[in-house]
Amino acid sequence: MSGRPLTIEKPWQRWLIRLGVFLAMAILCVPGVWVVLTAFRPNVEILARPPVWIPQDPTLNNFLGIFGLLPAQQQGLPVARYFLNSVVISLTSTAVAILLGMMGGYAFARYRFRGKGALFVSFMLSRTVPGVALSLPLFIVWSRIGLLDTSLGLIIVYLAINIPFTVWLTDGFFRQIPVDLSEAAQIDGCTRWQAFWKIEFPLARSGLASAAIFAFLTSWNEYALASQLTRTTASKTMPVGLMDFTAQFTVDWSGMSAMAVLIIIPALLLTFVVQKHLIAGLTFGGVK
Amino acid sequence: MAEIKLTKVVKRYGALGVVHGIDLSIAHNEFVVLVGPSGCGKSTTLRMIAGLEDISDGEIRIGNRVVNGLPPRDRNVSMVFQNYALYPHMNVRENLGFGLGIAKVPAPEIERRVNQAAEILGLQPYMDRLPANLSGGQRQRVAMGRAIVRDPDVFLFDEPLSNLDAKLRGQMRVEIKKLHQRVKTTVVYVTHDQVEAMTLADRIVIMRDGHIEQVGTPAEVFERPVNVFVAGFIGSPPMNLIDAVVTTEGLRPAARLADGVVVPLPAGVSVSEGQRITLGLRPDDITPQGHGMPGTGETLRLEREVALAEPLGTETILFTRLGDKEIQAKMLNPRVVTPGETLPFVVDLARLHVFDAADGRSLKA
Repeated sequence: MSGRPLTIEKPWQRWLIRLGVFLAMAILCVPGVWVVLTAFRPNVEILARPPVWIPQDPTLNNFLGIFGLLPAQQQGLPVARYFLNSVVISLTSTAVAILLGMMGGYAFARYRFRGKGALFVSFMLSRTVPGVALSLPLFIVWSRIGLLDTSLGLIIVYLAINIPFTVWLTDGFFRQIPVDLSEAAQIDGCTRWQAFWKIEFPLARSGLASAAIFAFLTSWNEYALASQLTRTTASKTMPVGLMDFTAQFTVDWSGMSAMAVLIIIPALLLTFVVQKHLIAGLTFGGVK
Repeated sequence: MAEIKLTKVVKRYGALGVVHGIDLSIAHNEFVVLVGPSGCGKSTTLRMIAGLEDISDGEIRIGNRVVNGLPPRDRNVSMVFQNYALYPHMNVRENLGFGLGIAKVPAPEIERRVNQAAEILGLQPYMDRLPANLSGGQRQRVAMGRAIVRDPDVFLFDEPLSNLDAKLRGQMRVEIKKLHQRVKTTVVYVTHDQVEAMTLADRIVIMRDGHIEQVGTPAEVFERPVNVFVAGFIGSPPMNLIDAVVTTEGLRPAARLADGVVVPLPAGVSVSEGQRITLGLRPDDITPQGHGMPGTGETLRLEREVALAEPLGTETILFTRLGDKEIQAKMLNPRVVTPGETLPFVVDLARLHVFDAADGRSLKA
């Protein structure tokens, strides 16, 4: 371990702290771990009392089941379709939110204009309204203009959620990049546009990457609004699809857990891939 | 040919005026230093020449072009920023070649010019390093290299040495001067440090509150400051400024100080009896007897008690009182002076400066 030297001397103190950390992590992680474990259990084990912690008889049948690949079981769910919807909706809303949010953030960081402060605050205020509170009005409007149960409808909603946040986040990152760099590039012969793409954009990349992760995960995991605004396989996303496993009197925990794992994996992968771009301190050294 | 001509140049931010209609002509290959306290408009003026600030009114010409509406890239100027403004994600070679790449100069030509600049500035060992891995002086050199590879008409320097420690600042000052001798170009250099201004400039432009106070060679602004502000700003230690009233001593005008000392005024000063004036006396021109430069003419002897002595090696700065002010005097070939000691001081009267107390203007012809 590097970093600040710890002032804990006694071994028993060290163990106490480790125990505390373990308990905290256990409380945080157990539900997630339980879902993953459950995805690989047969039904008998899931419903067993007392609970079986370690799967005794691991199986992939739950995954095969939700894709309808088990001959004995009922027809599978349109998981592939849900997955596709989720990917299309999340990626599109993320890409557009980053593009527009980046422009907004840059404008807030670099330009002076009338009403700037008020506009910025109102962006933030829009985040204070809980999304669910808008679900009924949205439902009514979307049904009138025919956006109900469409991918586009959901993309627009997620953009409205993500853009203010992206603006706020990228504004902070652009502010950290000294204006002098853009000015030096303009003196070196760049147009303002070139100076942005060749100098400021590469330096803000880590900030944009974090903004992208946030935007993607928000869209990927969102349930409340999606459950109101989607109806069929035309637009249902993975989290909404989870509800397909609840019948009137029963819940198919095995299938639901398997699908939850399918939701987690891409999010986890993306986070790991983007993480390496989150190198802080890249701007250090260019200016004093 | 790249002379620069500013005509009635004004910069306003909303209602706030920063530069109030300045006129300035800079000759081809001249090294001009804009100097003044912070907030005097010198950096704003430089940025207007660079094209980084709009010009509210007036006209700026570079060569024979009016550049008012031109963006920085079309002015063929290069600039060294106070904080260097190196591109942090590019190594030294890429930083130097960036501008040439933008201008679509062929790669072999870029390489040749980058290497040439690196050689001039001694940057070859660092070509593959990122700015973060360079020392302050090296970064400074890269910033200058980036400016010279483009072979601009005009070099602009915005307080380039203020982030360096005193020793390095001295070295870089010399390097900038050598660079100018080697790469002859028009240079506009902004600083608040009058020593930099004196040592580097062909001509110094002293600014205050958005106005130009005086333009002249280092010798001119030092010898013949047009007002109290310039007199106090140029020179180190600063000129002693002492309030006085004009009186008559014999048949010629003299100055009576608050402590009763009467100082004959040099010839050619236009004053009237009873006028309130400010006497300007450089520390170099009031020296203990036998410890000064050979006088140029008439002198005045004063016995003064030394309150404090600051030995600097080749000279000692003595603090004493004259009029109602604590003043500084210079002692060459110093000996040890103990506080409280009374010394005979010699004032070189011909080198006395006289300013009007009301408006600060020099009354010397």
